[in-house]
Amino acid sequence: MLRALKERLTIQGYRTMSYPDGPVTLPERFRGYPQVADSLGPEQAAACAAVCPWQALAADAGQLTLDMGRCLFCADCPASTGVSFATNDHCLATSSREELLVRAGEPHHYARPLAPDLKKLFGRSLKFREVSAGGCNACEADSNVLTTIGWDLGRFGIQFVASPRHADGIWVTGPVSENMREALLKTWEAIPAPRIVIACGSCAISGGPFAGSPQVSTGLDSLLPVDLYIPGCPPHPATILEGVLRLQGRIK
Amino acid sequence: MNDTLRLLGNGQTVALADLTPLPHDHFLETISNHTAHGWRVSSYCGVPDGEATVLYCLLASPMDGLLGVMRTVCSGNSFPSLAAHCPQLQLFEREIAEQCGIVFEGHPWFKPVRFVRSCCPGRDAWGRPADQPLQVGVMDYYRVEGEEVHEVAVGPVHAGVIEPGHFRFQCYGEQVFHLEISLGYQHRGIEQLLRGGPFPRTLRQVEALAGDTSIGHGQAYCMVLEALSRTRPPAAAEALRGIALELERLANHTGDMGAIAGDVGYLPTASFCGRIRGDFLNMSALLCGSRFGRGLLTPGGVLFDLDQRLRDDLYQRLEIGRRELTSAIELLWGTPSVMSRLEGTGPVAPDAARELGLVGPAARACGLKRDVRSDYPFGIYRMAQVPIVTAFHGDVCSRTLVRWQEAQKSLDFCQEQVSHLPSGRYVAEMKPLQGGQLAVALTEGWRGEICHLAMTDEQGRFGYYKVTDPSFHNWSGLALALRGEQISDFPLCNKSFNLSYCGFDL
Repeated sequence: MLRALKERLTIQGYRTMSYPDGPVTLPERFRGYPQVADSLGPEQAAACAAVCPWQALAADAGQLTLDMGRCLFCADCPASTGVSFATNDHCLATSSREELLVRAGEPHHYARPLAPDLKKLFGRSLKFREVSAGGCNACEADSNVLTTIGWDLGRFGIQFVASPRHADGIWVTGPVSENMREALLKTWEAIPAPRIVIACGSCAISGGPFAGSPQVSTGLDSLLPVDLYIPGCPPHPATILEGVLRLQGRIK
Repeated sequence: MNDTLRLLGNGQTVALADLTPLPHDHFLETISNHTAHGWRVSSYCGVPDGEATVLYCLLASPMDGLLGVMRTVCSGNSFPSLAAHCPQLQLFEREIAEQCGIVFEGHPWFKPVRFVRSCCPGRDAWGRPADQPLQVGVMDYYRVEGEEVHEVAVGPVHAGVIEPGHFRFQCYGEQVFHLEISLGYQHRGIEQLLRGGPFPRTLRQVEALAGDTSIGHGQAYCMVLEALSRTRPPAAAEALRGIALELERLANHTGDMGAIAGDVGYLPTASFCGRIRGDFLNMSALLCGSRFGRGLLTPGGVLFDLDQRLRDDLYQRLEIGRRELTSAIELLWGTPSVMSRLEGTGPVAPDAARELGLVGPAARACGLKRDVRSDYPFGIYRMAQVPIVTAFHGDVCSRTLVRWQEAQKSLDFCQEQVSHLPSGRYVAEMKPLQGGQLAVALTEGWRGEICHLAMTDEQGRFGYYKVTDPSFHNWSGLALALRGEQISDFPLCNKSFNLSYCGFDL
């Protein structure tokens, strides 16, 4: 007992980060909010769109559009002439599928707070039932890491709960495998309405790396109405937290 | 003894034309004889070929770093089962049955694995009608009958933030007589997606086979491509891959030790490790921008170099990680209430571990010296050895101890490699893949042996690709560990194995 206290006071220390009041430390090589080139000719834009293996890029009359819901933020993006991720901007979450589309010269969309009546109902806390539906355990791990002392999700009144009956919403990771679809929908039905739906990671948004497999869905919003889209493969914990804090209205 | 097996090393190929199909009894005898002499079944799979199915078996020698592969042709809808005599085959046979619609005659536990249709339309090993949907988890569970015996069903959705799976306990009061584990919920059809590849999408899909083992699976895939194209990655790439693999091990072992502490109600170590795990993930992000190592690997090498400043940074972080992890873990061994919960809980006997073909820390905790890094060295491990750690009791305590000692060895290895990182190129140009080959790549992921087996067609495309995650070998170890234990010890036993659902379900 005394030894545990000693370790806490000497080596381990107080480690909860100041985010969102202070900055979050991101790795130098972090691939953040994409920047899309605007000066591409129609041919170059079309060439960029053609090389993305995830069909995250579309070209229309020289205008390149990047869909963050499909993009896996690959380190070796073959369309690097038209897209750059060297922004260190972790704010990727949005409130609608449409707002995940990034075009040159258009404003950066951020997730919006819950409607006032929902906010009033849920008060200062949000409880989620997490369901992994074909997830690879990376989105799950970086959701779960928010509950550790470094991020301390509990200080925002946000918690993962064991039963859907205790939850205000469902937090889905994975491309919704065929074999998990029923269990996912039953879990959602067991949550008392009104209920929030979060699609965490590119799999949940669009099928991610498995899009096109007959064993997975085309995205969670083909099954449930999604309130928060958090892109990334997997999203950085800061990206996830930022999205949820905006939903709560704690970041404006 | 080896006149029937085509021998090869890890990361090598054999020409498919050189694999003469064996008669059935010869094929089966070879499996029986070799497993009786300490060989393990690393992979056993069925490749549909018209109306017939070609069965391939990859056996791993306990010495000399040798692997042996052979094949036979099953032209009917049934094949003899060896599972009753060789339990490590039982799940492989069921997998082949499910994928190819072959009935394994005499299989003592013949049940579906992932609840998916076979890839041969109209053929189903259980004769299930093709016009009715398969219901995952619906099968005949083993059942204990009797007064005061009850059944507990858990999952697929669990209480924590973890993947889905179904667990059936047969209990007598608190005591578990039997645990049956039924999975398949996470099936994404990755092996099917790989066929006809490699495609530009393939590596990212492989990295997500089990997302907490991106480097382990990613490296096995890269080794397959490098073997098929006779490409040799530069020394700097091999060293960086090794560092990344050990960082993956460090992060996961740290997380597991913290979770084990949490499950016995010892919060200091649980809290400390939860955070320190993140520091190791951030070291992977220092290498490549992703906490899970996504985007570090590329066939032929790695995508990122490490300049002197980053090397110094990584070395420093490892030093801090070592100090903080030591402080967190040493608390466990000095706390009697923790030790009394870990010791003797969930034991697996060495003989059982051997029979089941367990791999990784779960096997080493039973005293089995099995580690791909030393048994079938690949990449940097051909030059730099990592000492293998074993324990004896096969209980939760041993599995925790093995993780802690492995973490220390990984720290030593990473610091050694960062200090002597070779200079020069870190990616080699890939050459075209050779056609008509069978390639084998094994790596030691943090859960144990990862096996990738690929066969190319005449054009050098994947005609077939088989992945065996360590969890495929080890889930039955968890089931066995629960026998005679209290059901309340399930979470603790489960954490001490921490197996992958998606890696199993693919």
